[in-house]
Amino acid sequence: MTGLKSYFKNNIRQYGMIIALVFIMVLFQILTNGILLKPMNITNLVLQNAYVLILAVGMLLAIITGNIDLSVGSIVALVGALSAVMMVTLKMPVVFAVGLSLLIGLAAGSFQGLFIAYFKLPPFIVTLAGMLVFRGLTMVILKGQTLAPFPKSFQAIAAGYLPGREKEAILGLTVAAITAIIIGILMSIIYILFELNSRKNKINYGFEVLPKSFEFFKWSIIIITINAFTISLAAYNGIPIVLILLLVIIIIYTFISQKTIAGRHIYALGGNSKAAKLSGVKTKRVMFWVYANMGVLSAVTGLIVAGRLNAATPKAGNMFELDAIAACFIGGASASGGIGTVVGAVIGGLVMGVLNNGMSILGVSVDWQQVIKGLVLLGAVCFDVYTKNKSGSK
Amino acid sequence: MANIHLEMRGITKKFYGVTALDSVDLTVNNQEIHAIVGENGAGKSTLMKVLSGVHTHGSFDGEIYFNGQKCSFNNIKDSEKLGIVIIHQELALIPFLSIAENIFLGNERAVKGVINWNDSISEANKLLAKVGLNEKSTTLVDSIGVGKQQLVEIAKALSKDVKLLILDEPTAALNDEESNKLLNLLVDLKKQGITSILISHKLNEIEKVADAITVIRDGKVIDNLHKSKDIIDEDRIIRSMVGREIIDRFPSRRSNIGEEVFRVENWTVYHPEHTDTKAIDNVNFFVKKGEVVGFAGLMGAGRTEIAMSIFGKSWGVKHSGKIMKNNKEINFHNVSDAISHGIAYSTEDRKTYGLILLDNIMRNLTLSSLEAISKNGVINSNEEVLTSQNYRSKLNVRCSGLEQKVEDLSGGNQQKVVLGKWIMANPDLLILDEPTRGIDVGAKYEIYTMINNLVAEGKSVIMISSEMPELLGMCDRIYVITEGRIAGELSAKEASQESIMKCIITDQRKRSLA
Repeated sequence: MTGLKSYFKNNIRQYGMIIALVFIMVLFQILTNGILLKPMNITNLVLQNAYVLILAVGMLLAIITGNIDLSVGSIVALVGALSAVMMVTLKMPVVFAVGLSLLIGLAAGSFQGLFIAYFKLPPFIVTLAGMLVFRGLTMVILKGQTLAPFPKSFQAIAAGYLPGREKEAILGLTVAAITAIIIGILMSIIYILFELNSRKNKINYGFEVLPKSFEFFKWSIIIITINAFTISLAAYNGIPIVLILLLVIIIIYTFISQKTIAGRHIYALGGNSKAAKLSGVKTKRVMFWVYANMGVLSAVTGLIVAGRLNAATPKAGNMFELDAIAACFIGGASASGGIGTVVGAVIGGLVMGVLNNGMSILGVSVDWQQVIKGLVLLGAVCFDVYTKNKSGSK
Repeated sequence: MANIHLEMRGITKKFYGVTALDSVDLTVNNQEIHAIVGENGAGKSTLMKVLSGVHTHGSFDGEIYFNGQKCSFNNIKDSEKLGIVIIHQELALIPFLSIAENIFLGNERAVKGVINWNDSISEANKLLAKVGLNEKSTTLVDSIGVGKQQLVEIAKALSKDVKLLILDEPTAALNDEESNKLLNLLVDLKKQGITSILISHKLNEIEKVADAITVIRDGKVIDNLHKSKDIIDEDRIIRSMVGREIIDRFPSRRSNIGEEVFRVENWTVYHPEHTDTKAIDNVNFFVKKGEVVGFAGLMGAGRTEIAMSIFGKSWGVKHSGKIMKNNKEINFHNVSDAISHGIAYSTEDRKTYGLILLDNIMRNLTLSSLEAISKNGVINSNEEVLTSQNYRSKLNVRCSGLEQKVEDLSGGNQQKVVLGKWIMANPDLLILDEPTRGIDVGAKYEIYTMINNLVAEGKSVIMISSEMPELLGMCDRIYVITEGRIAGELSAKEASQESIMKCIITDQRKRSLA
């Protein structure tokens, strides 16, 4: 049982956040008389919050290094504007324009990374400058106007679903619904195989594993959650394409941050950059790539936002950087660097998303929503600092 | 007894059960320059902190009398009110404020919170004239050299109507000319009625200006010398400073020294901030397989700088010279290159430069050898746990588990984690900078054993230490380093605390004559 105890002790942060999210969801489910978890609203939650979740993943890496990136909202707008110019004005093929847009994001991020890593300017200032420069460029490109509409195939990426909504398959279910259910089952199987494999490896190495009963309990909760989620998506329009993109990004970045040398180096740099440097971490290179990567993810977000609105506007992405930063901190990242997880940032983003959505359903005015979100951020970080001090004093 | 200016009686100060000062008596007469000498960690600085109120009244035993009056200081302000001012080795000036602003910082020439600038500047000018500093008082402190900054500190002290001036290693960062100027100023101030306490490693300076000398060793007063009564002799000071019984504190080792593996030729490096100052000057040395080589020297002698500049150029600028491994020149520009060439450097300041404190033991241990437990950049986490467990038990790190944060470990165990990290990286040459600083005797012995095991496996070790007995007990050969140069090379047989000290002093003398 010592294994279980230390498991909880080491993962208390993660579980605390999940419990907070569940609590908020239950609360709003009750307050909204069950509207929150209706299939349509769940789909809405995904579509509305994809942008902040993707940005939060990139922002998390910057926050782990002990810094932030203020320019993401402006890069979102800039990429949206340029993609509109390419697709709407110049009528470029969608695939080509999307590829080019991602490269533009990479260039914008690398430009900032260059100043941060190699000219050693403070990231706060470089990205503040980037925020102004990229927003300004957006205005120049769009001349203050909105550019629309995008080609249908491009819109589908941001606002579309997996196909088969019209075709009925069996039992009155559409092909899209069946696809969603099958995807849920497939994900459950992959998850179980993955867990079994890692458990087997641990046993092979002779390490202590968690009690089987507890593992089963954990797995069943996760499987139920996955399938409840996919079934409710099936009950509406099926699986949104953005969701797939989002999941792929979350999985890739969780893997990078937890399992690769590159990820470990980011944490080491954030924990103590001097010690990391003297341990052989190429700190400049790491810093550069963290910001270059943020540029790419901002570009992905820029495309999604433009596609969902079906327009490029000069005001797109306004304040997105602050949403992403808040998501990371609610999700347990430390402002002084070295601490935070991708999953945590995603949960933090979901907490904000559910709050937004739930309060909107309740008809709380936008002004009060801001007040409440601010207080939640303050409370979450306060809780975090308090529990950290308490565990530190033991 | 009107002549006695300051008297400290029976001062005992303990830190978490470790005695730093053991009933120390110090008597300083009016208008004298009183030198306090002793090895690093002997307790000099602690004594001065007690005197200046950094260690508050009640946190130590003993009494302080200043001008015959019993004192109990609760903070530095209390001692400053009586005219006791301490100038630390690291100067406490604000670089982007002017000289005048710095002089009156916290003591502003102001009426109701509004500073009278004319008054401040004219007062500052008078003080600058007094200390012989030929600079405008509106100049930014940042733009003048360390020597002049030292004078600004003294001017600041004078502005507080100082009676007793304490200087902690004031000349450590100064060149000879600046040092002389400073010492002459102390003599001048003495004539004006200001008493000084001077802490210094440079015995030639002490010989020149000190009226009395107190030697401290291991927190106790060993010797009192007075110019009027005793002949102040450097040899005598040295003997008092270092002469302690060396009991068997070091595990024995059968040395098995092989071929030369590593050689540094004409290594010259410039200071990273003062880029026209040679901080490391034409250094040559070599290390053989299976050898423990010591770098002896006083604090600030440049030992750490030499080590770090070699370790992937992580210190200094404009490096020149050759680094040879197995008679082949090797080149590297960053730390990971150095590691892949088989060099490791464990820092003297483990908390700032050695460990990621908020990470756990495992992640600290494996940080420099992730490649060995990874495939295509993906870490095999089971392999990581296995390897870490292996090193943890090998090094006998006492902890609740690999998941424990390094922050919560004791100093000795933290040091073992740092060493473990480097041993895991499997270097051919391991440079250990103050490997036993601030850790207890038991852990020290374990670390010495670890070093012996490493060289028995055919690795080479460079050991930098300020504890001379440790160097003498562990090393096959010792290089004596002073002011960024190698002042001499001593075999284990020739080396003794006296011979090392002599080596340093002879070199300093040679330099000041030249």
